[in-house]
Amino acid sequence: MKMKKVAYPYILWMAIFIVIPLFLILYFAFTTGDSQNFATFQFSLDNFKRFFTPTYLKVLGRSVNLAFISTIICLILGYPLAYIISKAEPRKRNMMVLMLVIPMWMNFLLRTYAWLTLLGRNGFINFVITKIGFKPLELIYNDKAVLLGMVYNFLPFMVLPIYTVLIKIEKSLIEAAEDLGANKIEVFSKVVLPLSMPGIITGITMVFIPAVSTFVISALLGGNKYNLIGNLVEQQFRWTGDWHFGSSMSIILMIFILITMALTSKFDKEKEGGGGGLW
Amino acid sequence: MVSRGLKRLYTFLIFLFLYAPIIVLIVFSFNNSKSRGVWAGFTFKWYIELFKDAEILKALYYTLLVAVLSALISTVLGTFAAIGIYNMPGLSKKITLNLNYLPVLNPDIVTAVSLMALFRFFKMEFGLATMLLSHIVFCTPYVILSVLPKLKQMNKHLAEAAMDLGATPFYALRKVIIPEIMPGIITGCLMAFTLSIDDFVISFFNTGNNVSNLSIEIFSMSRRGINPVINALSTLMFVSLIILLLIINKRTEKNEIERGV
Repeated sequence: MKMKKVAYPYILWMAIFIVIPLFLILYFAFTTGDSQNFATFQFSLDNFKRFFTPTYLKVLGRSVNLAFISTIICLILGYPLAYIISKAEPRKRNMMVLMLVIPMWMNFLLRTYAWLTLLGRNGFINFVITKIGFKPLELIYNDKAVLLGMVYNFLPFMVLPIYTVLIKIEKSLIEAAEDLGANKIEVFSKVVLPLSMPGIITGITMVFIPAVSTFVISALLGGNKYNLIGNLVEQQFRWTGDWHFGSSMSIILMIFILITMALTSKFDKEKEGGGGGLW
Repeated sequence: MVSRGLKRLYTFLIFLFLYAPIIVLIVFSFNNSKSRGVWAGFTFKWYIELFKDAEILKALYYTLLVAVLSALISTVLGTFAAIGIYNMPGLSKKITLNLNYLPVLNPDIVTAVSLMALFRFFKMEFGLATMLLSHIVFCTPYVILSVLPKLKQMNKHLAEAAMDLGATPFYALRKVIIPEIMPGIITGCLMAFTLSIDDFVISFFNTGNNVSNLSIEIFSMSRRGINPVINALSTLMFVSLIILLLIINKRTEKNEIERGV
């Protein structure tokens, strides 16, 4: 078994490009000083103290709240779609899965930006609303627009893993339940839903993680006043230059995601090794 | 029958939701006005201007260059890594796989800033090299994750048999293992290419020296209004990808018919 040696270059690569960077972030988070000059760093908890004040906690709360709501909406919208696709005949089924992936081939910033054209004051939706005789609505640069952007961008990540699990469910199990006298609702709630749990869990993590850490969607659809935790990290690294504070927020973001994954893996008893549920 | 109609309506509405912005983009790439939301007649002028816009063409060049290079490099790196990892004993395999998962699970922005810190630590100048390196970092794990299942499906004893028959390990790798896992390698390569070409967050933090890709260009434009030339370019890229897909589909169908499947 000498074959394992061919992985050595990648192990070295991971040490340099995955492990060291995370330790650097950790190091930045627990120090203060001039971010550009490593010699000035001093150990300190100031970054975390600064974060745990109402201003920043509010931003964290808003990010988690929006990500949570968008995950729920994706689940409510995505599950029925995954179910419908899984019940279609194979040819149609593959076509619909492909149609879920195709939008991702167009730049996601541009697709998100295009919503401004649809939702804006002179946009298509307000055009229809005023034609019917209502007053135009404020549809962009608020919470709802950011939510819409999240649901729009991450919905396929919810549908695909659920679909993958649903098509693997053995038909005989459903038939057995029906033979034993279960009605349609019982078959769904006692057989299909529990069996599709791993897909739901994967979907939840695949939507929640990018949603809670986004700064692009909020920057495009939320207007300038709109801040999420991702926007704060971006500002610290790109504009303010306080990498220490930015790193501490990245660490908090990571901790949040670890908690989410610990919570979801609790429900996920038979996690499949190898991952890649999306593809 | 009612429920079937309901299902169709539901599917239609969701897909309408997913495709509405794309339709808008394509329609407005033919709009004879710079402002969004106002239709001022049909024109091809943005498509013509596209080929005169040096800045956007440069961004397109860097996007494609980085996508091709990072897809190729991460495919080679990832394929060898997957073969190695597959042959590792229990514990070190577990640790390696978990480390490999980190860039997949970590939010983009955390991966991006941690790499930014690394490049600063090594005093590297931000530019094409840092952007390429960071793309390889986040693409390779996906290559590994798509090659590993193919290795699991492969008959373990194939490589051993080849070596028993006198093949050197390298020869067995080249003639037995790689051809067996080819579908996984191709999937991984395509995934890496797609991820790289569509990436914004990682590139945004790890570029410099006037090197920018299309996503960065679009993001900086979004504050002052998107130049319709970008709409024209994305329409062209989108349509060519669809055509490519149709060709591949036709080919595989033909192959299947020829093979009598």
